[in-house]
Formats: sequence, C-alpha cells, structure tokens
Amino acid sequence: MTNIIDVDTLTRKFGDLTALDGVSLSVGAREIFGFLGPNGAGKSTTIKILATLLKPTAGRATLAGYDVATQPNEVRQSIGLVFQDPSLDVRLTADENLKFHAMLYDVPADVYRTRADSLLRMVDLVDRRTSQVMTYSGGMKRRLEIARGLLHHPKVLFLDEPTLGLDVQTRNAIWSHVKRLRDDVGTTVFMTTHYMDEAENCDRIAIIDHGRIQAIDTPAALKQQIGGDTIIVSGDAALAEDLGAKYDLTPHAAAGQLHFQVAGGAAFVPRLMADFGGRITSVQIKQPSLEDVFLKLTGHAIRGEEGSSLDLMRQGIQLWRGQGGRR
Amino acid sequence: MKGLKVTYAIWLREFLAFSREKARIFAMVGQPFFYLAILGRGITSGMSFTSTGSVTYSQFMYPGVIGLSMLFTSIFSAMSIIWDREFGFLKEVLVAPVPRWSVAIGKSFGGATVAMTQAVILIVIAPLAGIWPGPVMIVEIIALAFLISFATTSLGVVIASRMSSMQGFQVVMNFLVLPLYFLSGAMFPMSKTPFWMRSLMAVDPLTYGVDGLRNVVFAHIVSPSGGRGIPLTVIARQSGLLQHSLGVDVAVTLLAAVLLAMAGVWSFNKAQAA
Repeated sequence: MTNIIDVDTLTRKFGDLTALDGVSLSVGAREIFGFLGPNGAGKSTTIKILATLLKPTAGRATLAGYDVATQPNEVRQSIGLVFQDPSLDVRLTADENLKFHAMLYDVPADVYRTRADSLLRMVDLVDRRTSQVMTYSGGMKRRLEIARGLLHHPKVLFLDEPTLGLDVQTRNAIWSHVKRLRDDVGTTVFMTTHYMDEAENCDRIAIIDHGRIQAIDTPAALKQQIGGDTIIVSGDAALAEDLGAKYDLTPHAAAGQLHFQVAGGAAFVPRLMADFGGRITSVQIKQPSLEDVFLKLTGHAIRGEEGSSLDLMRQGIQLWRGQGGRR
Repeated sequence: MKGLKVTYAIWLREFLAFSREKARIFAMVGQPFFYLAILGRGITSGMSFTSTGSVTYSQFMYPGVIGLSMLFTSIFSAMSIIWDREFGFLKEVLVAPVPRWSVAIGKSFGGATVAMTQAVILIVIAPLAGIWPGPVMIVEIIALAFLISFATTSLGVVIASRMSSMQGFQVVMNFLVLPLYFLSGAMFPMSKTPFWMRSLMAVDPLTYGVDGLRNVVFAHIVSPSGGRGIPLTVIARQSGLLQHSLGVDVAVTLLAAVLLAMAGVWSFNKAQAA
C-alpha cells in the first residue's frame, strides 16, 4: 500500500515549549486515520503543519508526494480541511459558500454543479441550500463544511475534532458520511479527536501525548495490549481471597466490587459461576476500551489532564501568534 | 490567470455579503442625509460663508461628505478581515491554494465597489447641497470616488491584516480615521488653518481626493452672482477653497492608491489565520 502521508521525525517548538517532539507516522491511501490525545497533546499542531499553516522546526512531512514545507500550493490543492471552529461565511447561503470554494480551488463551473448537488445530497442539506448559513444549526454547519472540504476532490480530508460539541445523533451522521466518503470517493481521512468512542471508528489510531507518539495501531490491536477483559463481581466478604486462591490472581476492590483481568472474559464467566455460583450476586464483563489503552500507555486518563503545562503551551502559542510569526 | 479569478471571487463575496447586511445598507442611505440636510444647513445658517463669493457651505462641504463616506465605508469594509478572522472564514481563504496578493487586491476592489453604492446615493441627493450633477460630473465623481475608496480600503487592509480583534477597531477609528478625515479639508478650507495644521493636511492623501472632488463639482457649477458665468472653480481657487489642480489631485490619489494597495498586499502576506 502506498502512503499518502509520510511524516518523519517532525518537531515543532514554540519558544521553549516543544509541541511536537519527533513525531513519525505514515497514513495509507483510503485509510481513516485517527489522531487521539488530550487537548494540547500536539494534534492540532500536526494538522497545521500537514496543512501548510505552520512550518516545522525540524523534520519533514510529505503529502501526496509534496513536501508540506516547500510545496504549500500543491499540498493545499490536495487537501480538504474541516476546522475545529466553523469557517463559513454565515451571511452567504450554502450554495454561495460552495461556489466561493470552487472558485478558490479552480473547480470548473459545470463540474462544480454536479459535485455540489451530490455533496449536498450526501450531507442532507439539499433543501436548505439557498438559506443563509446563519440560520443553520451547529451540526448543519459542520456538515456543510465537510461537503465544502470535499468539493475539490482532495486526496486527504483533515477533520480537526469534527464532532466537537455536537449531539450524538449528528456525530453518528457525520461518521456515516466519513465512511461513505472513503468508500465512494476514495478519500483518505485524517482526523483528530479526544473522544475515545469515536476513535474506535478509525482504521488505525495514533495515540499522542505531550508531543510524542505513544502507539500506532488498529483499535483492536491496541486494546489487545491491555491483556484481556476486566471482570467485575460482587459477592460475600471472603470472595476476594477465595477467588485469588482459585484462579491465581489478585482482585482489587473498588466501590464494594472486585475487579480483575482474565484472558477471555466470555468463556471465563461460566467457569466462575460453576465454581462460585451461590456466592456471587452480580457479574460484569468489561472489554478493554481505548480509554484503558490510553491510561496504560501514558499513565493518566485522557480527560482531566488540562493541567497547567497545557495551559502554558496554549499561552505560548497565543504569544507566538501575537508576535506575528509567519504562518 | 488564477490570481485574477481569485480576486474576482473575493470581490464577489465581499459584495454579496454586503448586500445581505440590511442594517449597514440602511445606515449607508441615512448617514449622508444627516450630513447634507442637518450639518450642511446648520453650519450655513450658523456662520457666514459669504466671504468666499458665491460658494455656499453646502456646496463646499458636499465633496467633503463624499470623501468622508468613501473613507468610512472603505475602512469598515476592510475591517471585515478582522470579522472574518474572528468568525473563522479567513482560514478558508488562507489555506486555499491561491496567491495572497490576489486576495488582498480582491478585498480592495470589493471595498471600493461597496463604497460606490454610497457614492451613487450621494449623487442622487446632491440637490440637497444645491448641486445638480450632469452626466459628465457623475462619471467624474464616480471615478474619483472609486480611486479614493480603493486607496482607503487598501489602507484598511494594511491595518486589519495585523489586527486580531475588533477591539482594536475603536483605536483605529479614533487615531487614524478621524484625523485623516478632519485633516482632509472636507469640513473647512485648508488655506485659513495655522501652519502646523496645513502641513499635516498636505500629507493627508485624502486631502487630494477631496480637493479633486471639489474641482470636479465646482467646475460644473456656473456662479450666477459671479458676473458673466465664471465657473465656481475660478472663484474657489482665488479664495483658497481649492488647493490644487485636478491633475495634481488625481495623480496624488492614484499614487496613494497604488502604494497603499502594495502595502495591503505586503501586510496581508503576513496575515495569520487565527
């Protein structure tokens, strides 16, 4: 499989702060690639570099064969971007926003018309296409942005937190669009998220923390690293000791329940019931989540990590912007 | 050529977006009325403008009001860059595979075009100032007004490209736009001001735009009391209401427009998305 994105030891510093610390990764064509990490981990910085909005301090990245630092126009023509914050002109209609995009990206007028029709149909906005965008809901705006990002048939679509602040229904709708895109149009999707359940939808995930890649693999393979399912039982007082002796494990108690890991949870439960049936009042099998993977890899949960160092980094970025550094 | 197509796209968007802003259009129609009907009449009756021969204050001020409207409308148009930055739309433009100069020039043309709607309104209500424009005068006013607003929109682009929030807009209005306007000779003749003020007025590019408009307007009014049909231009020049010839005015305004457009391109080249 040929790679459409190749990133080689990319580093980006903002003053003393290292936002990206030697990031290397490859994304294959037609892949849905997820970039998972807490706020300030370096996700947006990576996207900005790949989208030519920011120059790397060191390292190299190519997209569709073009160097992002030295061939920005070729890269820009090859990508579509959907930002965290909306970037539509709300005074214009959906059609006008798309038309403007087509003009910027040199899409011929007749091609534009057929594409706009099918894209608006895809994001279910056909009957609102002549309404001013200011009358749209947040989810509609996001869908329109996705349609717009695809109008020039980009090889790679970047989605920076595409479902941030959207309701579950809209999130699901956007995901079905993203998958259809890959299947119908053959677009590679590079997305960032800090929603664990969302990352499950990706073909592969890179977990990033403090500017470093912690792991890159399929969601299933990452979860296998955890080493089995978690069993949660409750029962009588001596249960912990007896379970430990019987299966050679050390359950730990939390909120009146016992937690322990076993290799195959579904096959283990019948055994457990045969051995301790009368003494157990409830059993739960919890399959490992990406949350657990993240916890294991980084030593902290993905949320509640908005500590002072991250705020400092954001301030550093603000400062740097204020000084008017190029891009 | 790709760049010009982008310039056209930016221009089109600027004008479309403007056409949706009903409040702004309403203000645009209303404001010149206040200047001509209230301020012009008020000052005329409040002070004697008789020493200048047969030019009424309203006639004197009318080109100044055009200058004022071009300046304000254009600066406001250029400030849409800040608006676009705050609402994210600027990113859409900045990540597109387009040359930045074409965007900056498109902004300047867009701002100038929006200002032209204001110029047309002002021409329509010119009789309020005692001026009855003929076809030649209308064409000349439009041409000069376009040049002025292209220059001032470009000036706005220079500033707005580097500004990150609307809060700075007040500062720009107070310390740049108002001095530019007051020192342009729009409201009072330059010849009677103290030397320091006259020097500042001489370097204000808007001075030449307003003076040029005055040349155009006065040339088409024949003074009834001036005896044997002498154009107002002659009387106005004698009494110091006109400073330069139309040629000088046009040349300086054109130069300002070109230089400011270049500065706008340079500044927008350094603009950041957020």
